[in-house]
Parts: sequence; C-alpha cells; structure tokens
Amino acid sequence: MSADQTIIAVESPAQRRRRPRLPFAGIIGGSIVAFWVVMTIIGPYVAPHDVGALVDDDVFGHMRWAVPLGSDFLGRDVMSRILVGARYTVGVAAAATVLAVLIGGTLGMLAAVSRGAVDMALSRFFDALISIPSKMAALVIIAALGSSIPVLVGTAAMIYTPGAFRIWRALAINVNTLDFVEVARARGEGTGYLIRQEILPNIAGPVLTDFGLRFVFAVLILSSLSFLGLGVQPPDADWGSLARENITGLADGALAVVMPAAAIASLTIGVNLLIDNLPGRWSSSGEH
Amino acid sequence: MAPLVKVENLHVTARDDCGRNLAIVKDVSFTVEPGEVVALIGESGSGKTTIALSLMGYTRAGSRIVGGNITFDGREVLAMSQRELASLRGRDIAYVPQSAAASFNPARPLLKQVIESSQIHRVMPLAAAEAKAVALFRELVLPNPEKVGERYPHQVSGGQLQRLLAAMALVTEPKLVIFDEPTTALDVTTQIEVLRVFKKAIKERGTTAVYVSHDLAVVAQMADRIIVLREGSIREVDATGLILSSPKNDYTKSLLAAAEPQVRAAAPATTQQTAPPVLEVRSVIAGYGTADRDGIPAVPVLRDFSLAIKPGSTLGVIGESGCGKSTLARVIAGLLPAARGEVKLHGMPLPRSAAERTREQLRRIQIVFQMADTALNPARPIGRILGRPLEFYHGFFGDKRRRRVAELLDMVRLPATMAERYPSEISGGQKQRVNLARALAAEPSLILCDEVTSALDTVVGAAILDLLAELQRELGVAYLFISHDLSTVKAVCDEVMILYAGQMMEHGSRGALHQRPLHPYSDLLISSVPELRQGWLDGISDKCLKEAAVGAARSGRGEACSFFERCPVRIPGRCDVEPTPLRHLSKGADIRCQRTEEELVELTAQ
Repeated sequence: MSADQTIIAVESPAQRRRRPRLPFAGIIGGSIVAFWVVMTIIGPYVAPHDVGALVDDDVFGHMRWAVPLGSDFLGRDVMSRILVGARYTVGVAAAATVLAVLIGGTLGMLAAVSRGAVDMALSRFFDALISIPSKMAALVIIAALGSSIPVLVGTAAMIYTPGAFRIWRALAINVNTLDFVEVARARGEGTGYLIRQEILPNIAGPVLTDFGLRFVFAVLILSSLSFLGLGVQPPDADWGSLARENITGLADGALAVVMPAAAIASLTIGVNLLIDNLPGRWSSSGEH
Repeated sequence: MAPLVKVENLHVTARDDCGRNLAIVKDVSFTVEPGEVVALIGESGSGKTTIALSLMGYTRAGSRIVGGNITFDGREVLAMSQRELASLRGRDIAYVPQSAAASFNPARPLLKQVIESSQIHRVMPLAAAEAKAVALFRELVLPNPEKVGERYPHQVSGGQLQRLLAAMALVTEPKLVIFDEPTTALDVTTQIEVLRVFKKAIKERGTTAVYVSHDLAVVAQMADRIIVLREGSIREVDATGLILSSPKNDYTKSLLAAAEPQVRAAAPATTQQTAPPVLEVRSVIAGYGTADRDGIPAVPVLRDFSLAIKPGSTLGVIGESGCGKSTLARVIAGLLPAARGEVKLHGMPLPRSAAERTREQLRRIQIVFQMADTALNPARPIGRILGRPLEFYHGFFGDKRRRRVAELLDMVRLPATMAERYPSEISGGQKQRVNLARALAAEPSLILCDEVTSALDTVVGAAILDLLAELQRELGVAYLFISHDLSTVKAVCDEVMILYAGQMMEHGSRGALHQRPLHPYSDLLISSVPELRQGWLDGISDKCLKEAAVGAARSGRGEACSFFERCPVRIPGRCDVEPTPLRHLSKGADIRCQRTEEELVELTAQ
C-alpha cells in the first residue's frame, strides 16, 4: 500500500507546482554576477598580460588589440588589472558580507526568539555600534591596525553587522508571533530549532535581498577606502585603487579611470537586478 | 414599477496565480425592487461579494466582468465611463463593508469621514451635512450624537464604528445600500444591537438594500427575499419565509441543517466519573504587561480562574472577544506563565512555563489554533509538519515516521498524498485537519481547541466538529473547546463554562444552559444568538438591548463583579464593591452572582 502511494505522492505535487521562472531582468543580473564570480576565481589565468608588465609605450593608451581596455598611467594593461582586481573587490566584499550577515543575522534571530533581557542587551549593543559613523570608524581602525586583507574584511564586517542584526530581528519578530511558532514552542522545541526550522525558511526571501544590498554597500565602502589609499595596498589593486591610481587621467577622459568604475557599477547593478527578480519563496516580497 | 436594479446573465472571471481565468460568477440574473431588501447568501467563494461589488460597476483586482447587463435606475452600469461610475458610487449606491475598523482612516475625526461623500458629490453644504450626520447618529442610537463625530476611530467600540459606517453610507440618501457582512466581525451581544438599528433605519426610510451574508439567521431578520448562491451561480431565489420553511434546493437544505448543529458530544462513560480530572486549573491569575510588587500583571486578563476537565470529556468555554479565553489556552499550554495559581495535569502540578516542563508533560497537552493559515509553517510540506512531533516525542524516524504520518492523515480523513503538499496548496478545512493531526501525533490526553471552527464555513466547520467527536470516541482524548459561538459549543461539549472579562460567570452541564434560572450574563448571551425564524429580532425585549448597548467589558482588579455595568439585576453598592460569591444552583450549575437562586427566578420571570 505504501509503495504505490509514495510514487503518487512524489509525482503529483511536482506537476502542480510549476517551476518558477527567473524573469528576463533577473537573467541579465544573474549573468553579470556569474561572470564576475567566475572572474574572481579564474581572473589571473585568463588575463592577457601580467598585472605588473608595462605593455604599452603610451600612458593612458586607447583601446587596441594588445590592450583591449587601454593602458593605465604606467602603460600597464587595464583589462588584466581589472580581471585580477576582481579577486580583491568581490572576494573581500563577499567575505565581509557573509561575516556580517552570519553574526548579525544569527544574533538578530536569537534576540527575536528570546525576547526579554537577551533582546534588550543585544539591541542596545548594536544601537551603540550603529551610531558610529561608518567611514570614520573604518579610517580609525585601519590607521591603528594598518591595512591588510583580514583587517579590511573585519572592518567592513563590523560596519555592516548592526544593520544586518536590525533587519533580521525585525523580520524574525514578525514570524515569531505567528501561531506555528507558538505551536513549536508549546511542543517544547529549543531556540536553535525555532530559529533554523520555523523562522529562517520564512524570512529567506527578504533576508537574501538584504544580503545582496549589503554586499553592494561593502563593495562601495571597500572601493572608497582603496580610493583613499587605505584599502588594498600596492602592488595588489582592487577596482577602487585602480580608479584612484589613474585619477590623473580623468581630465583626458582616459579609459583607465572609467573602466574600473564601470566594473564596480556593473557588479552592483547586476546584484541588484538578480535579487530584485528572484522567484518564488526567495523573492524579496516574501510570498510563496 | 420598474425594478431599481436588474442584473441579467452576469459573468465574472478572475485570474489565478498561474494566469488562468476562472469563472467566479456564472450566469447570474436577479432584480431588486425599490424598497426591497434582498439578501445574497452563500459560503466563502460563492461569489456573493463579487456580485454585490459589480452592482457598482466595480471588480476587485484580477477579476473582470466578461458578460451580462446591469441596469441601475434605468441606466446601464457596465457601459458607464469611470467618471460616471465615480458620480454613482457613494451617492446613488453606498457600500457598507465588513470590517469597520479597517474602513476608517485612523488619523481623521469620524464626522469628517462620515460626511466626506456628501462633500465629494456636492450634495449639500457642509453645515447641512454635519447636521444630517448628527441626526443619523441619533437615529442609529450612537451615544452622545453631537460629540461622537469629534472622536477618532480608535476611541469608539466596534459596534459603534459599524453604525458610523452605516451613517456614512446613508448621509447622501442613496437609492441603494449594499451591506457586505456588516455584523460578521462583531460579538453576538453587539451584533444584536447593530442589527436592530440597521433594520429600523432601513424600514423607516424605505431604503432599497442588498444584504450580503453567510449567516442565514441574520439574513432571516433583515431580508424580504433571499438569493442562495453557491460556486458563483444561483441555487434558489424566494421570499425569506418560504426559504426558511420550505427550501426546494438541496444546498439550501444543507445550509439550514448546518445552521443548527446536532449534538455530537458523547456522554463520557460512567466509570470515568470517579477518575481524577485530566486537567485542573486552580485560582489562576494571568495577564499582560509588567508585574507589580505582588507579581500581578498590569493588565490582568484572567482573575482567580479555576476549572477541571474529566478524562475523555469536553469542556466548552464561551465568551466574547477580550474575555480571556485564548489567554486561558496559552496559560495551560505554558506559553503565558500564570502570575498566580496552579495548573495540574493528572493531579500533578505543572511548572508554569513551557520551557520548564518535561517533554512528557508537554506531550500530554496539545493546542490547535483558530487561524489554520498561520498555524502551519508555510515553508514546510505537510509530511514534515506532522513528522516533527513524531520524532520529537516518540523518536520515530525514516519509514516508521512516514507510515505514522500516513496513519495520522487517514485519521483526519485526508489522503496520504497530502504529505507532499505545502500549506498554501490546500484549503482552509484541510489545513484545520492537518492542525488536528499534528496535535494527535503527540498522542495527548488533552487538546486545547482555540476557536477551531470560527474561521471556517458552516458546512466545513460542521465536518470538523464531527471529526472531533469521532476522534474523542476512538481515542478517549479530552478537549478544552474554546469558542465565541454558543451553538458550536452546545454541539460538542459535555460541560459549558461562560466567561466574562476574565471571570467565570456560569459553569454547568450542557443541559443546564436551557434551564432557568441563568446568570444574567448567560441569559443575555443566549438570547442574543439570532434564531432561524423571521421576526425574532422584533420580538426581543428592549431591556436586553439596553444591556447590550453599554459596550465593551473592562476587566477590573478587584474581586467585584465585572458584569456590573451591563447587568439588569445589579445591586449598586454591593455588586460593584463586595467580592462576588460562587453559588450552587439546584439545576446543577454554579454561578458567580450576588443574587440568590430565588431572587434570580423572581427577577427574570418578569
């Protein structure tokens, strides 16, 4: 009896629930994001030139086959430097965002489920953190500890943790009052189960949107820091530092300053397009 | 005389989530004569609101009128431009929606909102409109008619808000008023007073009205003619008296049958009479807000509350919104730790908070909530929702768990294939069955049913009640059945407890509810439930209405009677000061009242 019923059980809902499709804008966003993620991994291997090699006699050279996106202020290949720089921009921002969301999100849900004193203590602590101006805090930390990749990741994570905490807590509090969470609580489930099984799946959509947004912010703040000379240090360069080192070419409209900026823009727009168009229960509206 | 409204072959479709067009109103034709009150009756999804809205040329987002004609006062509604429709709505046709609280702008005073339509349509100058509104307030028996308009929506009660909504509709003297379930969200003792003033207003001005409702008993009081709808088409049209006395359609018959539910409760076996109660609640005080020095919460909801439930029996708790019945369920389940008193399970005291109870103690008490929609995790398939208590309490995994889930689904009469579905893919009645199955998975000795049928249609709810009774016979589980609906409670419960503002007013067997004398509040509650006969509303004594009109209960702190202000037989200086004694009546019930049995017999006989 159970054998044939199981077969029906597996088949019938699959027909009923059609696979939600990604809209066209989402496909574009997804492609851009996928492209940069791939470049983060294989960038150095597909770059036509070595990042340090002087390949053009001219500085701020124009597009041609040898230097597809022109050359920079020392005559180096801009495309190679952007492809290799993706590793720093995407990698550091992603690491910082994951860290921020992991810490802020977990504590946010914990605060929502525990309520009372735990909620009070955590909320006030993060309120204090959120009140520190983010760029100033970053400047102070980097001035004190020096600039290195771990310090950059930690700094960006610290800046975005309180925001993640606030959003996750607010979303979790709404779900926490619903009857099915009460049922689980009356059953005697622990805090860990409530967070993982009852709350997390029901806030996944909005929380993912928040993750994307925070990633974009992290890219922007890291680029700003690099632009100020406090980010990734030479000889390595992320997109922010690429824009900075070529700033003298701005007056000539050099590609070397436009292209890193365009790379930052394409990444942030791509991420936004993707998260705004996610289908089904991952959608930012949280509908099922 | 030509009919005021003539609907011919109306077809409406709605687009569902997958983009398909579904017919929600199919080939509906009817007329409304001037001065007539026509009721559209049906369950949710029968298309009654859709039809009512289409009379104004309006459809809800996603739906569309695809065929038919609607003639209003000689004009073709469906051929009108948006501008013409705008001049029609609110002036010639007014609409009274179900939820008064959601229909008022909370940031503006009431009078401004009531006269808004008269100003938009420039029917009369501002001063005249205000005078007219005040006259309407007086006609609709609103307290303090001159001043009530200055208040904001949150400052008046639900019943008053609903009457203000009617005033808003009537202020432009419309030719047609559409009432869309205007009393469904109200308590019975409030509903009766609203129905009464609505009926008077309709009668006195000879208003033509379309009255949309799912409640036959209410419709029987209001309508001249009834249109019975099901799944978007008309099943039966007839004069109210004929529908009630000699229904022709099978569906109408089943509606009439469901309106007066049969008694399902099985009297518990005599051997169990001596067994200790499965659950005992003793002198519990519970509430919300910060606790004071004695540990009493700022807003006490339950005051010195006690009850006992025998194994395998059903105790019904009835009360109006805010009386503390849901709080009671939360206290027993340990979700809201009581400030005082104790809860005993099988004679053993339970820790007040669920977090301190053992798994075995938790297993024995399960809770089923009213809103089936929010009681199931929307991100989990049914099989996993049912499987969790199995692994949590019984350590069932893998195949064993899957088999047990199938058994549980079978127990609540659902197919085993349901296990793979998500809550959003099943109906409200099915969700409530899944809720019940989840409670049964724990193999409890007591299930707390918090308004389990209130959100369901009558026929679907009746099936759930049947299931509850059947499961009780098979499994011997006890129920605490919480409801605001007297007929439901009478249908399933062995014993009934009537709650008012956190205090027990009367407790007795089901039969004792039919025997006088009753506690004054029980009397009011029972006589407020609409009866399925014409003229019931007109026959109610004015005394009863006066009590009802006083408004919402406040739960005070003292030991004095909380029903004092609404009580027709109160003794000022004693009832509101002294602690109210518990009295045992000769019919076998207990009441909390200052009046003795002899006094009550004498006073209510008049």
